Amino acid sequence: MDQYIDIKVRVWRQAGPKAQGHFETYELKHVFQGASFLEMIDILNEQLVAEHKDPVTYDHDCREGICGMCSMYVNGHPHGPDSAITTCQLHMRKFKDGETITVEPWRSRAFPVIKDLMVDRGAYDKIMQAGGFVSVNTGGVPDANAIPIPKPVADEAMDAASCIGCGACAAACKNGSAMLFVAAKVSQLALLPQGKVEAAARAKAMVAKMDELGFGNCTNTGACAAECPKSVSLANIARLNREFLAAKFKD
Amino acid sequence: MAKKEEIIEAAKVTAKKVAIKAAQAAVEAAEVVVDKAAKAMKEAATPVITPEMAKIPAGPLELKWTNYKNHQKLVNPANKRRLDIIVIGTGLAGASAAASLAEMGFNVLNFCIQDSPRRAHSIAAQGGINAAKNYQNDGDSVYRLYYDTIKGGDYRAREANVYRLAEVSNNIIDQCVAQGVPFAREYGGLLDNRSFGGAQVSRTFYAKGQTGQQLLLGAYSALSRQIGKGKVKMYTRYEMLDIVLIPDENGEKRARGIIARNLVTGRIERFFAHAVVVGSGGYGNTFFLSTNAMASNGSAAMQMYRHGAYFANPCYAQIHPTCIPKHGDFQSKLTLMSESLRNDGRIWVPKKLEDAKRLQAGEIKGRDIPEEDRDYYLERRYPAFGNLVPRDVASRAAKERCDKGYGVNNTGLAVFLDFSEAIQRLGKDVVAQKYGNLFQMYEKIVDENPYENPMMIFPAIHYTMGGIWVDYELQTSVKGLFCIGEANFSDHGANRLGASALMQGLADGYFVLPYTIQNYLADQIGVPRMSTDLPEFAAAEKAVQDKIDRLMAIQGNRSVDSIHKELGLIMWDFVGMGRTAEGLKEGIKKIDAIKKEFWTNVYIPGEANSLNNELEKALRLADFIEIGRLMAVDALHREESCGGHFREEYQTPEGEALRQDDKFSYVGCWKYMGEDQEPQLIKEPLDYEFTERKTRNYKN
Repeated sequence: MDQYIDIKVRVWRQAGPKAQGHFETYELKHVFQGASFLEMIDILNEQLVAEHKDPVTYDHDCREGICGMCSMYVNGHPHGPDSAITTCQLHMRKFKDGETITVEPWRSRAFPVIKDLMVDRGAYDKIMQAGGFVSVNTGGVPDANAIPIPKPVADEAMDAASCIGCGACAAACKNGSAMLFVAAKVSQLALLPQGKVEAAARAKAMVAKMDELGFGNCTNTGACAAECPKSVSLANIARLNREFLAAKFKD
Repeated sequence: MAKKEEIIEAAKVTAKKVAIKAAQAAVEAAEVVVDKAAKAMKEAATPVITPEMAKIPAGPLELKWTNYKNHQKLVNPANKRRLDIIVIGTGLAGASAAASLAEMGFNVLNFCIQDSPRRAHSIAAQGGINAAKNYQNDGDSVYRLYYDTIKGGDYRAREANVYRLAEVSNNIIDQCVAQGVPFAREYGGLLDNRSFGGAQVSRTFYAKGQTGQQLLLGAYSALSRQIGKGKVKMYTRYEMLDIVLIPDENGEKRARGIIARNLVTGRIERFFAHAVVVGSGGYGNTFFLSTNAMASNGSAAMQMYRHGAYFANPCYAQIHPTCIPKHGDFQSKLTLMSESLRNDGRIWVPKKLEDAKRLQAGEIKGRDIPEEDRDYYLERRYPAFGNLVPRDVASRAAKERCDKGYGVNNTGLAVFLDFSEAIQRLGKDVVAQKYGNLFQMYEKIVDENPYENPMMIFPAIHYTMGGIWVDYELQTSVKGLFCIGEANFSDHGANRLGASALMQGLADGYFVLPYTIQNYLADQIGVPRMSTDLPEFAAAEKAVQDKIDRLMAIQGNRSVDSIHKELGLIMWDFVGMGRTAEGLKEGIKKIDAIKKEFWTNVYIPGEANSLNNELEKALRLADFIEIGRLMAVDALHREESCGGHFREEYQTPEGEALRQDDKFSYVGCWKYMGEDQEPQLIKEPLDYEFTERKTRNYKN
């Protein structure tokens, strides 16, 4: 059963991109374990506002694990200690009475801090703009059932497509690599006949953009998949490598 | 002699009495006449929107859209390059419109408040998207989808719009598949369907429990491609704070740009365009607790409204029956459990009050109650549709049971959604495959295993059918200002069917607006790009700055959220699932008091010219307060029950919604008359030409 607990929250405070950051510790009393982690941050912010202090800035929106906006390192893990969920789905029942919880922003060179826990993930959008699409315009497409797709293929594409673009993979990676993010999109589209046509060119363009934006190299440590809130599989990275090599051979 | 005097005196008294009575009668009669005249004058003074004004094309229902497209004006490629369009929002409607317009050759400026266009709240839609493909050979057709939508909306939507929606629904599925959306498939490789509330066919396409995500990522991909090509200029973390209108040579005001705040720097900036398209979503967060995302707001709608765009049917709000019940005062939002769960889940409460009491006390669990003591109230009341009745019907039925004391959790505000029968019939694996991610979500939030014990659910605000009035071309009553997706009022009438929001958002963005906006822009090809130094831009920016300064200067004692939560409770109690004239009047008084409290006692920390979440929330709350009041005013005026709007005074003996077609068969449009002035009512009559209006029946 959920109880009320007293906790300390050690939060990274940073006034702006170029400002010097530091940890600040706040005490919170009587927090219900049925509250979500972000609701706990809300309670903290209400407390700060009541004291006429600057509340903690953090990204959040849908609060049901799908928009990919929330982005916190909690006790050393992207999205916290629980598996296969985003920070907004993390609940206070995962923490003990008297515990000190450390909260940091994503750590990655390609995601600079904007303020406190908020980072700039525009780099992921730029990678998508480089090739994360099928080149079709609106209208003039064939009937949806014109090309049958085997169910296992469609299911595999769906699993790859479940990526929410939150950035946990790059944040978890010691090299700051975005390979899992890129691989998920490349895989989804390469698996489907509609995306197969451009598969090699897409892989090349997205990888080139990833390198250009300062993401690190993949050394197959697997931290990305372990921390991914949607359990996107490492197999996608293997598929990306195949597509990428195929593209290089063609050159 | 005395007698004579007495007689005269008596006669005088009688005469006086008669005269007084006559005078009284005359006064009364006069009052009635004056009353009648006043009413008649009021009626006569209520302006009416005719089908011509709504630009509904002539001809048979099934040919209207074709005829429109055949005769509308187009813009040639060279001229498209010279025209700029601002699109607000990157949800299904906004992203699909921005991408499609850019593909056609227009220059698009696209704005969103999130850090990426991929995060708009369309992404959270779970269940699916409807289309009239009839792939299942179960008797579906464009007409049937049209009919189900009109009926589901309780005959309060425009026939021509809904038919067009059903018509283009099939193109949407084709488009999404071509983009690489991984819809669920059968073993033969063809697309799978499931059924949803309010329909007797299986016409819902889905991608696991993440259909909204996959459709939005499809639109986001198309948008990303255009951003990469430089045809769309993307502004993330920007919030529109006003629309700029500039008069043309005839003095008619046209939307020519926006004022937006850069949410990272706090800077106020000006942007010009030949037309402005708003796809900013619904205003469900007026209730504070809803299934909407935290930043979803109605401010763009209010900016349009203040510039003369009519706000239509604000009282039509959808309360979704299957949400996870509230668990505490700190709660920030309510989580939806997909309607698709009602395909296999059965909804029930105990038959016996004593069982309900024991459940509320936590002495027993749902699984402890034997089959014969369970009341499957939807199956009992609505045998033909059972657990798949439309959302408004299912929500009210849950409220009815809980009001009578049969609620199943500690607050008494929950009913069971039970999969035990489905698990027996299909096996746990099949159920897990179909609904696994939803079950996992439930378990993470509630800390209870839904495979072993029935889920608990309760209705919550989910979607707003009301919104900015648009004509057939999706243009508002302000020239050059268009409104798409949930932000407009158009296609769902008084109640939206499940899996139809995605359909409408993408229909507007991919297949309707890109056509209809050309009919407007064809006349604008001679209009040069205007300088944002024009006095209209300067004045709009100053007004925005003044409002921000005023808010920052209050320095009161209440946080924004604390006031918003108070507003939400008033909305739920007085403008919620069961409304009465008395309650609504009370609600309006309370909302007015909240407004005063907000403008005198809110506290916003920090600076305005920097990143400031509290200021963002305060600006949105200022508008939510106005929307809340408008919802109450509209609900009070609409003396009938229809769809999501239930007035307790108007119900059948069985407790079903009772429409008043003779009095309220119209779109209730509200025109802004100035700050703190009562808005003016304008009616668009809904004369059903092609469909017979019936009482909605989901019983047999």
